[in-house]
Amino acid sequence: MMTQYIARSSRIASRLLEGEMIVVSAEDSALFSLNEIATAIWLAADGRTPLREIVEQRVCAVYEVDPETALRDAEELVRGLCAHGILLTSDRPFPEAV
Amino acid sequence: MLPGSALPAIQVILDIGDLPIGLRTADSGFAGMLQARYAGFVTPGVRPAAEFDIELVSPETMSPDDDLRVTTVAGRWTFERGDFRAEFDPAVRRGHIRQSASPYAIDSVLRIVHTLLLAGTGGFLLHAASGMRNGRALLFAGQSGAGKTTIASLAPNDVTLFSDEVSYVRRLPEGYRSYGTPFTGELAKPGANRSAPVGALYLLVKGGANRIEPVGPAEAVRRLLENILFFARESSPVVQLLQTACEFVSQVSVYRLTFLPDARVWEMIV
Repeated sequence: MMTQYIARSSRIASRLLEGEMIVVSAEDSALFSLNEIATAIWLAADGRTPLREIVEQRVCAVYEVDPETALRDAEELVRGLCAHGILLTSDRPFPEAV
Repeated sequence: MLPGSALPAIQVILDIGDLPIGLRTADSGFAGMLQARYAGFVTPGVRPAAEFDIELVSPETMSPDDDLRVTTVAGRWTFERGDFRAEFDPAVRRGHIRQSASPYAIDSVLRIVHTLLLAGTGGFLLHAASGMRNGRALLFAGQSGAGKTTIASLAPNDVTLFSDEVSYVRRLPEGYRSYGTPFTGELAKPGANRSAPVGALYLLVKGGANRIEPVGPAEAVRRLLENILFFARESSPVVQLLQTACEFVSQVSVYRLTFLPDARVWEMIV
């Protein structure tokens, strides 16, 4: 299976408030609100850590969840955030990792 | 005189939010329309913080269906829609507006100009009704249909209406201050040219009973962001916008106001 890396777009503004990540896109001023687990993944999106590892360390180690289910959910989340341009994905580490 | 015009320009200065903007036109009919439409906000003799020359063109030369676009190139702003095209150089605070004689075009331009001028100072225009009661400004935010006009129309006599549609908020050293605006909604009644410190922000929800509940910072910031007028498409203003919303919420009490379309709701609002 291909290794997937994720990084936050530089064209956003974000702020963590009461465990909820608020993200505003500079592309279209769209507003996103991430729940606790999505926030954990978002914060770990450093462009160097594979998504699978992020899920293991930030999700499975904290919440009682089956690793494959967690990874599937995380991939769906990543697809959604990438579609809005606020998260970037690659099959190799990002050269200028955040 | 306006560039390319043989006629002397008439300048109408509109002081909205303590930010006077001079509008110069060679068309006396258009100048008269500005003076009538913004009557409470016309302040001759004040030094404008920004000036615009207005060039009126035939509506046939415009593309009325074009959506609004705001761009910044080399520090100069350009904002255009089907019924206007405006440029503004914030360095010299001068600009040019090419528009049909429609009052809606100049109204939109003014909203955009104020939004852009306020953005760098922590202030903003908000989709909100507002009014002053007991020396404090009260903001009632919500998108179309949330009840802004309703809450404004139910306001008792001791409330000075600031707007039923777009509210004006500035960040001053002593705190946030809201100003009346001539920007009207369905009520079609300009606000009073007055101002007051912001006392509270109410997020409007129509419901089966009148109820006020405090709102946590995350929801408050989300809802505030949904209602702030914002036009930029760049990273830096977006970062600033989020900072502005967070700062406002840290200083101003935010409540969810669920209400019936009934004047008794104002008994809960002090």
